[in-house]
Amino acid sequence: MDQAESVSVLEEKYSRRTFIKGVIATGATASSAGYLFRGSPLLGAATYQTATERLITLNVNGQERRVDVLPHETLAMTLRYKLGLTGTKLGCDRAECGACTVLIDGVSQYGCSMLTHQVRGRSVATIEGLEDADTGELSVVQKAVMEEGGFQCAFCAPGFIMAMTEMIEVNPNPTREEARLALSGNLCRCADYDKILTCAMRAAELARSV
Amino acid sequence: MAKIRDMIPAFELFQPTTVGDALELLDEHRGQAWVLAGGLDSFDWFKDRVKRPSAVVDLGGISELTGIRELEDGIEIGAMTSLTEIERDERVRSGFSVLADAARHVATPQIRNQGTLGGNVSQDTRCWYYRSGWPCYRAGGNTCYAAAPQAMNREHCIMGRSRCVAVNPSDTAPALIAVDAKMVVESNGGSTVHDAEDFFIGPAIDITRMTVMKSQDLLTRIHIPAKWADADFYYEKIRDRGSWDFQLVSVAAAFRKSEGKIEEARISVNGVAPFPVRLDAVERLVQGTSGDESTASAAGELAIQGARPLRHNDYKVAMMRNLVRRAVRSVS
Repeated sequence: MDQAESVSVLEEKYSRRTFIKGVIATGATASSAGYLFRGSPLLGAATYQTATERLITLNVNGQERRVDVLPHETLAMTLRYKLGLTGTKLGCDRAECGACTVLIDGVSQYGCSMLTHQVRGRSVATIEGLEDADTGELSVVQKAVMEEGGFQCAFCAPGFIMAMTEMIEVNPNPTREEARLALSGNLCRCADYDKILTCAMRAAELARSV
Repeated sequence: MAKIRDMIPAFELFQPTTVGDALELLDEHRGQAWVLAGGLDSFDWFKDRVKRPSAVVDLGGISELTGIRELEDGIEIGAMTSLTEIERDERVRSGFSVLADAARHVATPQIRNQGTLGGNVSQDTRCWYYRSGWPCYRAGGNTCYAAAPQAMNREHCIMGRSRCVAVNPSDTAPALIAVDAKMVVESNGGSTVHDAEDFFIGPAIDITRMTVMKSQDLLTRIHIPAKWADADFYYEKIRDRGSWDFQLVSVAAAFRKSEGKIEEARISVNGVAPFPVRLDAVERLVQGTSGDESTASAAGELAIQGARPLRHNDYKVAMMRNLVRRAVRSVS
């Protein structure tokens, strides 16, 4: 009960602040941050007392997204809790599992271990952006995963799929061993590695035939 | 799901675009500012709330700190150059493959994409007592938990201890020592150049730091002289898993040969002491030999002279001996 109470007090404080800031910054009341972030227990509420958000523009999946960002906020947090892009998973939040892998200017990196402010002016690609924006057609990697049924629980899938997407760009014709090394920054707790590698090989094959 | 504790405590973020601005910020926030390179080491500290800087200076926007340039005498690598770039750079691969090899052995592809050479050599030790926030000597306290009778110290040092028994975790450090790299450290007072082997310091010199750098210093460039270009190199890293892990023991070596004999050698081992160790005695021993089996054996035995393992890490003595042997053997 205590916890619920304190959360609701903080929510009230926070949403009022966001509201005011939204008005100042944009002249409109359309700050999505408050809505998505409000109820999250991830707030680390105490830290909000001293931190100041800044309204920045991020290029995510080819779209310009305006979002209020704290100085110490990680990209994975912004993507999931402010932009609603929950395809990017948080497994360990310590750069030790790869579930949060996103592409920054086409290069795979861990979204949990970089500040959102560090990717201003760069393009961020998440799993949501892989399909064709107009037709909804899946990317070759996604198709390969569908075909081969690569994952069991698939919590790690978005991270693996982003790593595979980079892999087929860098090395369109990998051996299985090269694919293994390219995907060595992602963990699968179901230990489906063999099937995941088959997906990666199939993805490269599909990419070559396009 | 990520825990509440994983939200990083608030800090003020500075993103300078020139080295001059960065140095001024470090001077202004002397002792309070944290230098952020790739961030892989930093964010662990912040998320665990063991280090709580009030100001963070992100070097990511300083373009003069990135890239690899050819100089008249060797190559120069900006401190913020990513490990992936170093691993793939043609000049590094052809001239100083030991460094490319070392960079390739760091953690995972994603971490190498983000992690920088400067960050890799400046990172703090992985001793878990220290990193968990225990008030050990290195953290300003008055005991070493890792050397206590019941301590779990499988990854700790076998030599070079001085109150602290932690090891340097950098994969690129021994490679830089093997190629006799020069580290350019700048501060508001000017710049200083350190030999790689002197850049890393042990607890006997200062127990709170891993390198010569103080809080207002910045590692800006790493110069690799042409002297060791195209030498015969050897690099090997042993770790628990094939990915992610820091070294248990790693070795980097450079050999100059003429007519089948070793003219000159540089050998460095990491993971055995609080700093990467340069094995000068072994280098002298192998000089003039062909790197034959008996030399390799003698080199291995000499390398571990004076090694003093802790309760759970005596395997490192044998591991170090064997890695040095293999390095020397690779010449013949």
